[in-house]
Amino acid sequence: MIEKRSFSKIQLFCLIALRVVIGWYFLYEGLSKFFTPGWTSYGYLMDSQGLFAGLFKSMGQNQALMPFIDAVNIYGLILIGLFLILGLFEKLGYIGAIALLTLYYLSHPASLNATYLLPPEGSYLWINKNIVMLCSVFVLMAFPTAKRIGFDRIIFKNKKA
Amino acid sequence: MSTTENQDNEKKTTSESSGQNISKGRRDALKTLATLPVLGAMAYGVYKKTQKEHTNRQVADMFHFQENPAPAPVSDGKIIRIGIIGVGSRGISLMQAIGFATPEKVEELKKELRKNSKDTRYKDFMEQEDLQIKITAVCDIFDVHAQNAILAGANIHREALNGRFGEMPKRYNTYKELLAAPDVDAVIIATPDHWHGTMTMDAIKAGKHVYVEKPMTWTVPETYALREVLRNSKLAFQLGHQNRQIETYKRGKEIVEKGLLGSVTLIETSTNRNDPNGAWVYPIHPDANPRTIDWKQFEGDPDRVKEYMDYMTSNGLAKYIGPDSRDKFSLERFFRWRCWWDYSTGLSGDLLTHEFDAINQIMNLGIPDAATSSGGVYFFKDGRTVPDVLQTTFEYKKRKLALLYSATLANQFNRPRKFMGHDATMEIGNSITVTVDPQSVQYKDQIEKGLIKPGKPFYNYTPGQKDVDAVSSATQLYFAERGLLYSYVNGKRYNTTFLHLKEWIDCIRTGKKTSCGIEEGFHEAITSHMGTRAYLEGRTMYWDADKEEITRG
Repeated sequence: MIEKRSFSKIQLFCLIALRVVIGWYFLYEGLSKFFTPGWTSYGYLMDSQGLFAGLFKSMGQNQALMPFIDAVNIYGLILIGLFLILGLFEKLGYIGAIALLTLYYLSHPASLNATYLLPPEGSYLWINKNIVMLCSVFVLMAFPTAKRIGFDRIIFKNKKA
Repeated sequence: MSTTENQDNEKKTTSESSGQNISKGRRDALKTLATLPVLGAMAYGVYKKTQKEHTNRQVADMFHFQENPAPAPVSDGKIIRIGIIGVGSRGISLMQAIGFATPEKVEELKKELRKNSKDTRYKDFMEQEDLQIKITAVCDIFDVHAQNAILAGANIHREALNGRFGEMPKRYNTYKELLAAPDVDAVIIATPDHWHGTMTMDAIKAGKHVYVEKPMTWTVPETYALREVLRNSKLAFQLGHQNRQIETYKRGKEIVEKGLLGSVTLIETSTNRNDPNGAWVYPIHPDANPRTIDWKQFEGDPDRVKEYMDYMTSNGLAKYIGPDSRDKFSLERFFRWRCWWDYSTGLSGDLLTHEFDAINQIMNLGIPDAATSSGGVYFFKDGRTVPDVLQTTFEYKKRKLALLYSATLANQFNRPRKFMGHDATMEIGNSITVTVDPQSVQYKDQIEKGLIKPGKPFYNYTPGQKDVDAVSSATQLYFAERGLLYSYVNGKRYNTTFLHLKEWIDCIRTGKKTSCGIEEGFHEAITSHMGTRAYLEGRTMYWDADKEEITRG
């Protein structure tokens, strides 16, 4: 199932570079949470705003759910990071990235009146860096590269015949 | 598209030779693993970073402590029979804390839960440990209060309206009759201040264990008499400073004892309230009148009243007595008794005592060498005689420190309780924040190395949670400082009043010492009396430790 699309070297290089840096971002976010003793997404969830704030806050207050949410965050970020960097199960990596980024945006939308405990490092109106990254992931998904450069190359090799 | 990527559609059909296969295999491997070195770079970066954090953590390590286990149930199979004397709002909430609420209250908790599914109070109440006790007796001089308490005491299944009741506790019209009842092992006293000491002494003499609300005493002489009675008794006595159960104070004590603050020379603490309830303007019950209230008993014990009047008249303080005559029935004075010295100990007894007891348990201060006070009735023009703004300073010469208490009932701006040491300042309440002083000697090296940022919160602790220190993560610290972190996550939350009463009940069973017994109570009472006298007399009060008496400047 090798993609029929063909890229110039520079196109391929740019797409892979984008895939790797986004992967890097996810992986380190996950690792830093992993190495922080007692890390929890509780504070982040409780600081939610916008349409879905109630939902995210009730998730934060659910003692039974929190360990699960924290684990999904930590290991989700790490796995997505590894998938993107290595070009392993590329599509799954993108879907995971889109899911997490969407949730992050919904809990902390850059809406007109939102003010957060932890102020963002820039100034945003509706569009913030999560949305930019989300769009980048969509681009990567539209132009997959892992079967060229990445573990998917060997994994899916047998199927191509 | 001259550089069109064709390599993948390799000419496998044309090249079958083994050499070409090897080179193709090599190329495949290269393309598969091309991004793998990125992980090496990440591993190196993470290793370096955690190494640096490890060094930082060693600095923070001195702020690491043992977690205290949650209190375990104690039972000897016996049911302890309890009588409650004084069941106004505080008495009723003490009953609720040990598992006995009025059906109306349970209904209200259920209603709150329906309104707001996050309200855990109903669930907490229903799941609260059964202390193996029974309410057998209640005493109140207001019929409505007594009736409520009977229903609460009989509500053994913790049911809402139209529920099943257990056996009704017996109502006694006087506390002396209650103390004479053979089916009472222990009493909880939650009457106005002017009855605390007298009732406690009589209860101990009648062989009952006692839990009494703070302040311990109303007059100075009864403080000594009460100590004498309790020193000669093996019965369990607990003074109602439920803050003894606050987890952070235990941690705060460890921090002070480890010397992490350096020498503490000033402690600042305050009361800030700005609502009628906080200023003791409690509601007056519509059914209250001379027929439903036994005013004669409200007046107080004749011996106590004499001690009070003797002190006031012999020190030229007659203006603080009354202004109503003691035998004149007054609904204001009955429900809002805290506003008049005739029954009350004012800000000193009601709120300074909590602050003092918090600090005393952390620092083991004991009775101060000197006390000065100032203040006045500045906001509430309701005829009260006790001040609504009060400043009291206590000097501890031997400990080389001063304790400053400042209170207002007309502003609720938060002023944190601060322990100010040469090396660091500890703010302590429901959480602890330690900030290192820029001029600290103890932390000089770490400040110079950049491991500690002076002036910024360095250590933060909120009970029931894992330690959070400044080095773990900026975001975590940010949330922790605002008290948002973990509040509901790790560790179950306990009601401190429940814990304090449970400790007393456990001590009845085991014979162990309570955390706020007579020695702690004596410190609390004398210290607050010194503050009160300094205010009333307008001069410094001293403590003669050898003679154990309050002297004047």
